[in-house]
Amino acid sequence: MKIRARRRLALVLRTGAAVALTLAFLFPIYWLFMISFKTPDEIFAYPPKWWPGQINFANYAVLFKDGDATTVWNSLVIAGVSTLVSMFLGSLAAYSLARFRTGGEHLANWIISQRMVPPIAIVFPIFLLYVWLGWVDTYVGLILLYSAFNLPYVIWMMRGFILDIPPALEEAALVDGYTRWQVLWKVVFPMCRAGLFATAIFTFVFAWNEFLFALVLTRTEVATYTVQVTHYFGGQSNFWAKISAMSVLGTLPVFVVVAFMQRYLVRGISLGAVKG
Amino acid sequence: MSQRPGALAGSDGAAVAPPTRRGVRTRGFRLALVAPAIFVLLLVGVFPLVYLIVVSFQNITMTDVDTGFQGLLNYRLLATDGRLWEALLHTLIFIAIALPVELIFGLAMAQLFIERIPGRAVFVALLVLPVLVSPIVAGANWSLMFDNRFGPINQIIGWLAGQETALLWTIRPTLVYPAILVAEIWQWTPFMFLLLLAALSGVDRSQLEAAAIDGASWWRTFRKIVLPAIWPVIAVAVLIRGLDLFRLFDIVWALTRGGPGTMTETISIFTYVKGFQQFETSYTAAVALLIIVLLSAAVFWALKRVELAR
Repeated sequence: MKIRARRRLALVLRTGAAVALTLAFLFPIYWLFMISFKTPDEIFAYPPKWWPGQINFANYAVLFKDGDATTVWNSLVIAGVSTLVSMFLGSLAAYSLARFRTGGEHLANWIISQRMVPPIAIVFPIFLLYVWLGWVDTYVGLILLYSAFNLPYVIWMMRGFILDIPPALEEAALVDGYTRWQVLWKVVFPMCRAGLFATAIFTFVFAWNEFLFALVLTRTEVATYTVQVTHYFGGQSNFWAKISAMSVLGTLPVFVVVAFMQRYLVRGISLGAVKG
Repeated sequence: MSQRPGALAGSDGAAVAPPTRRGVRTRGFRLALVAPAIFVLLLVGVFPLVYLIVVSFQNITMTDVDTGFQGLLNYRLLATDGRLWEALLHTLIFIAIALPVELIFGLAMAQLFIERIPGRAVFVALLVLPVLVSPIVAGANWSLMFDNRFGPINQIIGWLAGQETALLWTIRPTLVYPAILVAEIWQWTPFMFLLLLAALSGVDRSQLEAAAIDGASWWRTFRKIVLPAIWPVIAVAVLIRGLDLFRLFDIVWALTRGGPGTMTETISIFTYVKGFQQFETSYTAAVALLIIVLLSAAVFWALKRVELAR
């Protein structure tokens, strides 16, 4: 009886701690979303108001009217196309690495080490090159850079997913007269469809959320939403309403998309090191 | 790898099937598969490196007309540039504080959530959200939160202290580091938590029960059974976060831009300012190379340490 009571107490305490922690971690996100629905008077009220008087979409309307919201479209194009490119090139390379051990451990290690180079050291020479090529502030420039930057991640992840599927089916397909290419497209990739999807999602999120490359390599034409958010900073007159509304426009899609990818979250953010 | 060409390798690394008649042609096939990826990686990975080396020996600045080769001039400047080494020091301070705090806090949270809690999956899904926010957005949001007058942080402190509070979080020298660290730790503790939770759920339950029956203390069980089991994941998580912290840019940029003065300037911000605001092209190239060398050495050392500890 006493042990049971103690267990109940422990459960209640744990649940209480879990609720408190979750609230603490979610509060900043709540604050961000909440500000975007406030009127300017409410944002600059003292003491601060902890919830908006009414839900008000004016801050979003301004972004769409002024054309600032097109930066979300730029993010979508750049992150979307670069994801397709790096997924295509990376999956092919991953298959070769996984099944034929091309290049052995050395090549695999070299590829993952490419991911460790600090972005600032990459972006500086790339910027000088792009100035010369006239690629600054173009889709091509950013798409190429993000594709290359995400490539090690895709190869590393897809190598793991391909190693997870048994090779027997591929052998059978070869015996049945499939060509190597057909095996790849009709057997291998369909079998690791979920892995492809998960890898693509995280590749997309990395590019979508990236700031430094976009800051250096865009001006006005293809500025992404992360760069746009920082355009509202400045001295004492931060455009709070715009910062928050723009941030929500960029953040909400990621929340929604990753909600469907919960199963792969651990594997995705640990670069495939933890299966989860 | 003494493997016959054309044979497919399974996850155990053993060849699982005899070579097919097409075996002869697989060499071309498997190289064709990796070639495009390697080409792109060389283009964006190795080209910049070579280019950096060339530029670093020149003398390109915004004002100088003579951009000829200057030998080791820029490298000599590195040694005496106090601001550079301070930036490196700031970066190391951020790593030295944020990394252990995130690890310990994440581990504690994982320990909590490994036990039975109603609605656990929902809690975990919600706790992960900070990781998914773009770091620059997280920084921007924290700068609103830390606002001396209209932000909630000062109000909460005011309630606790029982008097009106208007701390200048992003301006006062004694408060900027705590402010940046709070934002950083808020965003990335869930990362540690998620990885360690996955690791903990992989620990053999029967060993834990056996230890409990033997009357082992919680601490002893944790040190002798749990910690060795989750050690590889800790190593990976620390490595990933350590590398991320070394390149710390976004959150600091949003909160202080390296200020006040250059007090919170990280190595990434320093390089950005030199290269893209002061246009000291050649010197920046030398700095970028220094970063790459230092980081490679650090990673090499860390990997060796991990291997030894295993």
